[in-house]
Amino acid sequence: MLAHSVFFYFFSVIAIFSSLMVITSRSTINSVFFLILDFISVGCLFIMVGAEFLGMIILIVYVGAVAVLFLFVVMMLNVAEQKQSWFIGKKSTHIPIGLIVSVLILLELLVVVGGWKYKDDLMSSSTLNLSNISNTHQLGLVMYTDYILYFQLAGVILLLSMIGAILLTFRQRKGVKKQSYLNQISRDPLSSIELRDIESNKGVKIDD
Amino acid sequence: MIEIGLGHYLSLGAIIFFLGVIGIFLNRKNVIVILMSIELILLSVNINLISFSIFSGDIVGQIFTMLILTVAAAEAAIGLAIIVIYYRNRGSIRVEDIHGMKG
Repeated sequence: MLAHSVFFYFFSVIAIFSSLMVITSRSTINSVFFLILDFISVGCLFIMVGAEFLGMIILIVYVGAVAVLFLFVVMMLNVAEQKQSWFIGKKSTHIPIGLIVSVLILLELLVVVGGWKYKDDLMSSSTLNLSNISNTHQLGLVMYTDYILYFQLAGVILLLSMIGAILLTFRQRKGVKKQSYLNQISRDPLSSIELRDIESNKGVKIDD
Repeated sequence: MIEIGLGHYLSLGAIIFFLGVIGIFLNRKNVIVILMSIELILLSVNINLISFSIFSGDIVGQIFTMLILTVAAAEAAIGLAIIVIYYRNRGSIRVEDIHGMKG
């Protein structure tokens, strides 16, 4: 149990520090790197608490796809040079109100957590370890039977987001030479080859 | 203190949620950091769902975590596509420069 708490504090301190650095970092590219560190440490927490499949999925999907997508857009849009930080910039009127609202949200969430903590007979812990099958097996047994509709709706959401992203960023370029397969395969020898008789000692004049 | 329970995980989720909200409010740089703050908020929701799922012995919380992960990936793709076409039209994605709707 000591090792569990030591690993919990290690990963959670890294997660909180890196999420603090995401929102206060000076350049956007550093924010993306700290976001990757945050995802990795939270994924390690998930693996440690017993949700192995979700931890691996966090590592694959978030770090491998979403964070790399952020990194790609940051590098493509040339915004890494905007070094202006959020506390040096122009005067803005909504920073105090934003701070007040954020601190209130944190206090409310901590009060809720404290309320849960002192009702310890509401939760029965460690009933998940009674079953012998692994986490991925359990997840598959529930997801493909009872929640198949939600699974397919998730697929539809992914398809819609792919179509939307392609349609948003698609643009027709002018003056780009493209290969036309229909013109290529619809040529025939009768229209493209011409036979001429050539007199001796004279050339032939090809006008095209 | 040495016994890690549900409250520790919920506190971690609350702190990360708070940092995500404060990142949305206080951001002055560009819109990409706002999208990253939204990702932080969704990650804290995932922490809450998984810790409740583990400590109450019900697997359904992890199913909904997978759904949230799907929606987060779709939201990141659409949001970054909108940012790309905004940058292509206006040449800047700083928060002060985006005031077309006078908000």
